[in-house]
Amino acid sequence: MRHVTTVIVGAGQSGLAMSRCLEELAIDHVLIERGEVANSWRTGRWDSLRLLTPNWQSRLPDYQYEGDDPDGYMTMPEVIEYISTYASTIAAPVESHTDVTAVRTEGDGFRVETTSGEWRARSVVLASGPYNRAEIPKVAEALPEGIDSITPSEYRNPDQLAEGGVLVVGAGSTGIQLADEIHRSGHPVTLSVGGHVRTPRVYRGMDIMWWLDAAGILDERYDQMDDIVRARHLPSFQLVGSTSRATIDLNALQDLGVNVVGRLARITAEGVAQFAGSLINNCTLADLKLGRLLDALDAWADEHGWAGEPEPPERFPATAVSSSPPLLLRLRSGQIKTVLWATGYQPEYPWLEIPVLDGKGWVRHDGGVTPVPGLYLMGAPFLRRRKSTFIDGVGDDARDLAGHLVKYLDEVANAG
Amino acid sequence: MTTTATPVDNGVNVEFLLGAKEILAAQPAAADFKWRASNTWINGTHSRTTVYDFFGLGAEQAHKREFTFHGDHPGVFEGEDEGVTPVELLLVALAGCLTGGVAAVAQNRDIQLNSVTATVEGDMDIRGILGVDPDVRNAYSQIRVTYKIDADASPADIKSLVAQSQKRSAVFDALTNPTNVIVRVV
Repeated sequence: MRHVTTVIVGAGQSGLAMSRCLEELAIDHVLIERGEVANSWRTGRWDSLRLLTPNWQSRLPDYQYEGDDPDGYMTMPEVIEYISTYASTIAAPVESHTDVTAVRTEGDGFRVETTSGEWRARSVVLASGPYNRAEIPKVAEALPEGIDSITPSEYRNPDQLAEGGVLVVGAGSTGIQLADEIHRSGHPVTLSVGGHVRTPRVYRGMDIMWWLDAAGILDERYDQMDDIVRARHLPSFQLVGSTSRATIDLNALQDLGVNVVGRLARITAEGVAQFAGSLINNCTLADLKLGRLLDALDAWADEHGWAGEPEPPERFPATAVSSSPPLLLRLRSGQIKTVLWATGYQPEYPWLEIPVLDGKGWVRHDGGVTPVPGLYLMGAPFLRRRKSTFIDGVGDDARDLAGHLVKYLDEVANAG
Repeated sequence: MTTTATPVDNGVNVEFLLGAKEILAAQPAAADFKWRASNTWINGTHSRTTVYDFFGLGAEQAHKREFTFHGDHPGVFEGEDEGVTPVELLLVALAGCLTGGVAAVAQNRDIQLNSVTATVEGDMDIRGILGVDPDVRNAYSQIRVTYKIDADASPADIKSLVAQSQKRSAVFDALTNPTNVIVRVV
C-alpha cells in the first residue's frame, strides 16, 4: 500500500493540468493512466480527425503551442505529441499502463486499487474524460439485419464501409465531418439532424474560436448560466478542423448532395426509419441562435476597437431545407448499407465504488466539486466554463479545483 | 428585448413554471401526468367527447368544469356537421399549444405581447382514408402555421419566441414524432 495526497485518474490534458497545478501548490500526487499519456487521443479516433480548435488555442498551465502554424489544427499524432511533451516538460508522475480497478472512500480519504498495487489518498481527481464510450440510442435496437452499425469509435475511414449508402445519425461536430468525408468518398449519405449548433469556421476573417475566446464567451461560468443543465447538454459546435478551414454546415452538405432528414425517431418492425417532422424548426432555431451569436460578437467588436475589423460584419444565408423533408426511409430498400451513430459519448466509471453517479451515469458535481469531500471531477461538459472540454479550458478549471482541494486538505488538517 | 418601464405581463405565471421545473427535477415521479378524454357515439359520424379529470403531481386532479367536444363530418361527406372533424381538432390542439407556449416564452424573456394570432392549415389527400391508393397516408402530408405577432421586441426575437415554443410544445412533438398508440376493446 502506497500513500499519496492526491490520486489523479487519467493522464490526458485534464489530469496533466491538474498535476501541474498541484505541483505548484506542493501537493504530492500520482496520475494513474490505463494506457499512455493522452490515451483517449490515441484510441477510437478516425484517421482524418483534427482538433476543432486552432493550435494557438491549446494553452495549458505553463505550456503552449510554439510551432510555426498557430492557426492550423492538430492531427491526432500531433495532439498526442503535444500532450506527451507537456507531460515530460512538467515531469508529471504518471503510472502508465495501469488500470484503476476500484476507487472507494476509506476513513477520511480514499483507497484506489490498481493493476499495479493499492494507493491510500486524501483526495481523488476523476480526469478519465467524458468520452469513453460512443452512445448508441435505443432506436438502434430495431435496425434490420444486414445493415451494418458503426460508431465513431470504430470508424477509421470510408474504405472500411460496405459499398452503398450511409445513414449518419447526428449532426454535431462528428456527424457533419463524417457525413462530408463519407459522401465525398462515393457512399451517398443521408444525414439525420436534430437540435444542432450551426457554427461558421471563419467569421470576419478570423477563426470563430478567436472570436469566442476574445469576447469571453468560452469563459462563461457554470454558476452564471440561467440553465446549466441545458448548457451542459448542448450538441457540439458544427465545426471541423481542416487545412482548408472550410465551414461544413447543412447548406454545404446539401450542396455536396447529402440528403438531410429530421431526427431519427423510430425504426418500425418493417425496417422503416421514421424521421421527426421538426427539421425545419431545428434549422430555424440554429439559424436564429447563430444570428444572436454574431450580433453579440459584432457588438463586442464595436466596443473593443474592432469595429469593421479585420473584416466588416457578415451574415450567412439561412439553412436551406425542403418544405417537406422525407419522413420515411425504407432501410431494406438497398439504399442504406450502413448506419453511423454520431449521437454522442458517455463517460464510464465501472471502477468507481462511490455513489456519486446520477441516473444517467454522469458524476454529480458543482463546478467539479462532487458531494463527496475530497473527490473532484475534471473535463466534463461545461464543468466550470463553456471551454471546460477544450484543451484550452482545463487549465483554469484545474487552477480553481486545485485551490479548492488545498483548502479542503487544510480544513481537514485543522479539524483533526 | 423590451425597454418599457412597466413590468411585462402576458398573464403567465412564469415563476410558478420555473419553480415547478426545480421541484420536478428533484421529484420526477410528480411529473407523471395522465391526460384523459371520454367519448360516446351519438349517431352517424357524430360523437361527443368530454374532458374533466386528469392525474398529475401525484394525485387525481380535475378541471374547474367538464368540457365537451363534438366530432362529426361536414355536409360534403354527408355528415350532419354537428361538430368539427377530428383532424381539425388536431389543428386546434396544435394552435392552442403553440400560442400558449409563445406567451410563456415571451413572459420568461421579458417580452410584452400586444396581440398574437395564428392560422393553421393542413394538407390532406383523402384518397388515404378512403383506401383509394395504398401509397397515400391517412393523415396530413404537411401542416402550416402562420403567426402574426405584435410585441415589444425585434422581428428576430419574435421569430425566436415561435421557434422556442415549437421546441417545447407537446402537440408539436406528438404530431412530428411517432407515438405508440394502443387501442383495446374491453
